[in-house]
Amino acid sequence: MDELTRNLAIGLVLLIIIAPIGLIASGTAYGEWASDELKEKVGYVPPGLEELSSIWNPPMKDYNIPNGPSFEDSKPVASVGYILSAVIGAIVGGGLLYFIGKKVAKD
Amino acid sequence: MHIPDGYLGPHTYIAFWIIMIPIWYYAGKKLTAELKSKQVPLLALSAAFSFVLMMFNVPVPGGSTGHAVGGGIIAIVIGPWAALIAISVTLVLQALIFGDGGITAIATNCFNMGVVVPFVAYYAYKLISGNSAIKSSTRVIAAAIAGWLSLTMAALFAGFELGIQPILEHTAEGVPLYMPYTLSVTVPAMVLEHALAFSILEAVVTAIIFAYIQRTDASVFYGEKSEVEMNKMKMGVAI
Repeated sequence: MDELTRNLAIGLVLLIIIAPIGLIASGTAYGEWASDELKEKVGYVPPGLEELSSIWNPPMKDYNIPNGPSFEDSKPVASVGYILSAVIGAIVGGGLLYFIGKKVAKD
Repeated sequence: MHIPDGYLGPHTYIAFWIIMIPIWYYAGKKLTAELKSKQVPLLALSAAFSFVLMMFNVPVPGGSTGHAVGGGIIAIVIGPWAALIAISVTLVLQALIFGDGGITAIATNCFNMGVVVPFVAYYAYKLISGNSAIKSSTRVIAAAIAGWLSLTMAALFAGFELGIQPILEHTAEGVPLYMPYTLSVTVPAMVLEHALAFSILEAVVTAIIFAYIQRTDASVFYGEKSEVEMNKMKMGVAI
């Protein structure tokens, strides 16, 4: 591994360690509200949205361990879940592309 | 910017699947034709970096949050087509495992963050850089502007996609079936919070990483080697 790649990888590991900083912002991104949040805003849940919003049940919802506590309920556990999610995302995503890249790359 | 399931009706999300499938296919062909062994670790790092960077939520006044994408610097380093693939892989994982972005909306989110961001950034960077030296500070500024513009443009697209829902999808009585807010609300909301906050973060991240790579090994930037080779060829012709 050359110096550049190694240093960028070190930078990435540092980002993963401090990732729980991203949990401090408690609001919801625009247009990503849960059904009850939207109901508070407009007074109803649009019928199509209600039907479609539960189409998929992700195993690590909101970058947390399965059924883990929210950041408000347990900052340490939610932070560990968040770091674990970052590790899984980085390894699976990076690993997949490394594997595909090695197969298709030319010199 | 990760549109969840339920915010887009089938007209929109199916249209984006139809748009994205040939784009992914072409990007795969481009990657297979162009990717060099030297770039593979950077391709892998790009996907991992984008995934982690998107976890850094930043609050803005009014209770909303957002994040940078990193797609601009990725496009400048590994090229827009490879960036498209790296970011798409990231977005698919985010949707499937972590519920960030809907599964019906995967193609739409890949269009906004995987196509708009890298392509706007790459061509803005190229245009502003012009013939400036690869080590020049002009290029750092070009990268920063490219980062800002790319995320702001993606926000414009996302705002538009959300805002057309009440027009496209409603009951016979006119009640919206999906995103209830109209274009006059969604576009300013998305564009302003990005232009004034998240895109500035994107610009800073883009500039810092760009400047670091520029000082360490500028030959890794997408297309740079071939330009050097082209200059050599031109010189050869001149001699």
